[in-house]
Amino acid sequence: MKKKIIGCIVLSAILALVWVGAANAAAAFPNKRITYNICFNPGGESDITARFQEAALKKALGVDISINYKIGGGGALCWADLVQTKPDGYTIAGHNLPHIALQPLEMGNAGYKTLDLKNIYMFESTPNLLMVRNDSPYKTLKDFIEAAKKNPPGVFTVGGSGTSSANDLGTTMLGKAAGIQLTYIPFGGTGSAVPALLGGHVTALMSYSTMGVQFKGKFRGLAIASEERMEVLPDVPTFKEQGYDIVEGAYRGVAAPPGTPDEIVKILANAFEKVMKDPEVKKKMDQNAFKTEFMGPAESLALVKKKMVEYEQIMKDLGRIKK
Amino acid sequence: MGFSFDYLIQGFVTALSWQNLFWALVGCFIGTLVGVLPGIGPVSGIAILLPLTTVLPPTSAIIMMAAIYYGAMYGGSTTAIVVNIPGEASSVPTAMDGYEMAKQGKAGPALAISAIGSFFAGTISVVALTLFAPMLAEFAVVFGPPEYFALMFMGLSLVISLSGRALLKGVISMALGLTAALIGQDPLTGAARLTFGTSTLNAGVDFISVIVGLFAISEVMINVEQRITAIDTMSISDWMPTWADIKQCGWTMVRGTGVGFFLGLLPGCAPSVTTFVAYDLEKRVSKHPERFGRGAIEGVCAPEAANNATSTAGFIPLFSFGLPTAPSMAVMLGGLMMYGLQPGPMLFQTSPQFVWAVIASMYIGNVMLLVLNLPLVGMWAKICKIPFYILGPIIVFCAMIGTYSIRFQAFDVWVMLLFGVIGYFMRKLGYPVAPMVLSSVLAQMLETSMGQALLISQGSPLIFFTRPISAIFMALAFVSIGRGIWSQVKAKAPEAVTDDAEY
Repeated sequence: MKKKIIGCIVLSAILALVWVGAANAAAAFPNKRITYNICFNPGGESDITARFQEAALKKALGVDISINYKIGGGGALCWADLVQTKPDGYTIAGHNLPHIALQPLEMGNAGYKTLDLKNIYMFESTPNLLMVRNDSPYKTLKDFIEAAKKNPPGVFTVGGSGTSSANDLGTTMLGKAAGIQLTYIPFGGTGSAVPALLGGHVTALMSYSTMGVQFKGKFRGLAIASEERMEVLPDVPTFKEQGYDIVEGAYRGVAAPPGTPDEIVKILANAFEKVMKDPEVKKKMDQNAFKTEFMGPAESLALVKKKMVEYEQIMKDLGRIKK
Repeated sequence: MGFSFDYLIQGFVTALSWQNLFWALVGCFIGTLVGVLPGIGPVSGIAILLPLTTVLPPTSAIIMMAAIYYGAMYGGSTTAIVVNIPGEASSVPTAMDGYEMAKQGKAGPALAISAIGSFFAGTISVVALTLFAPMLAEFAVVFGPPEYFALMFMGLSLVISLSGRALLKGVISMALGLTAALIGQDPLTGAARLTFGTSTLNAGVDFISVIVGLFAISEVMINVEQRITAIDTMSISDWMPTWADIKQCGWTMVRGTGVGFFLGLLPGCAPSVTTFVAYDLEKRVSKHPERFGRGAIEGVCAPEAANNATSTAGFIPLFSFGLPTAPSMAVMLGGLMMYGLQPGPMLFQTSPQFVWAVIASMYIGNVMLLVLNLPLVGMWAKICKIPFYILGPIIVFCAMIGTYSIRFQAFDVWVMLLFGVIGYFMRKLGYPVAPMVLSSVLAQMLETSMGQALLISQGSPLIFFTRPISAIFMALAFVSIGRGIWSQVKAKAPEAVTDDAEY
């Protein structure tokens, strides 16, 4: 009797392993659901964009899109996971500049190398935005900086999304430019940084323009790190016009594991191009302070390479990595 | 957002149309099925079915999604009770007492009380949501990193009461769980730990595989060893719980709902945490705490109530701030956004009729699940009677498929098998399994909030004690630890500390 039971269990186990190990039949790409991994908390910019894109993407590719979260390390967990995934085009992940350039530089071993991520498309950018609560005593950037100088160094906390990310870098840049010491608090994404400011647990957020629009009623934008004021945020002055030459933010796109065939990347890139040109998608992007970009595989790779060089220098100048 | 009877009534009218009722029913059914499979939780369930909903009108689609979500919560507890496979981490406390009840022939009452408790909690929570959403949302943001850490730390102190007399073994078990959770990249900085340079370990160990291994696989192994013929060999007692049972659980349901709801408001506080806290609270206030772990009906009712209350409370940050605080909420939001709704705090202002229809359908979903599932209790309970030489392999099979489906990596299946063996030895040697599960569930949030809090305080741990809310939780934790150690020292000699676990 015991043998029967053990036999049955072993047999079932073998059958199960064989079943799950079986390869999929080859057919035209794509012929089944594609997994779109988001590297930050729900509610953040990567998540919001993916939700805007979902329906149009499904139409463009003809298959279901499954949005999945892999949160941690400011995106490092997700990208480290991506570089180990099968390069068959069925798993893609949102990726962010400068994060993918900064993390391998700063972390030593981030689990991935910047150029391992095969660029499919860069579809948007958002400038950094320094925000405080509406009931905060700091009405302008000048107030904020003066108060920071009066307080002991590091007491002012600035929350943001991820380590070695745009928000992180932006905070360091502000600190250096204004001669103040700010403590950056990393969160798993904008989606978890925002409640921290709502509850007053951090002094300010170095977040992105999108949250400036969504939380207009609750947050006051002190400065935006773009060349000019954004149309949807007309009352927020730029860092530049207030005397600080800080232009920084995040580019977002999607990437595939290294070794993904070029033809497959091309199919995905074309789909994303169609999606970003969709009028519905464009409208939502504009309303939410996203700047749409249209960079295919070659262009985004060129951008990544350019930024890698730039950021290495910036990081050295800021003292974040050794010269 | 203002509460308005007008809107609510309108919402009900919409939700009660034949069409929407039908879709709610479909959703409940699918959700329950999805919940029954380990590894596929409500998030994947909704995500997979989302495309289907695009063919429906917006309101019906959202109603169906909410129903799937609820149904999945319920399905997870069914397998926890009947075959000791928790569908998600939140079903683990249910499995602890529910499965014991099943072994005693009381699977029926266990399933039923779980449905009743869920219904009670769901209904009360939806009422609270309707009336108090804005206030509650304000309350939720009062919790910052130090408070989260203190809460998680208090959660860990639950190990004391979960270990019973085997305190030392319980702490060891907890430490093992924390260590397993450390493997992989640091959630704040991304630094790699305990990966031995391999990229597979870099992704960490998924705790669902750990849980399914510890519970289902080790249980199967023990059953094989003991040559049991079936899980439930006693003659079938009533399918329904007796009135005495229900009365016993009366206050339990209230407490479970309270705990589940308030903790569920906190962004990031997963149902898995709240169910453990509710279970522990019940054990502490019970006059006979030794019954827990042996088939105490309150031990099933409390986590189930907490579970539903948390799911409902999760809608509050979504509706008030437009901030989804968990992946399942994000999927909901995604669904809403496909119909042109703007995420953000304006959601209530710009589309009230939509939102109220969803709230109304949540009431209805609760009723529907109760009506759907109570009659099926008999059917589910019969599963326990299936001869084990058939059921055992099926359990292993389902566990493997379910675990594989989490990340489509064979590694997870191996982890599950490994922890099955570990669980088997733990049980033989008297080490309690629950602390390991608890710590692996709490670990990530514990670490992340500790890191953030210490950054805010510039390295000073005093931050946990100087802020009122966090100080309260830390105090509760220390009291709990102190009492646990004291009762060990007081009771007999040092041998008591290394006693075998009751569970």
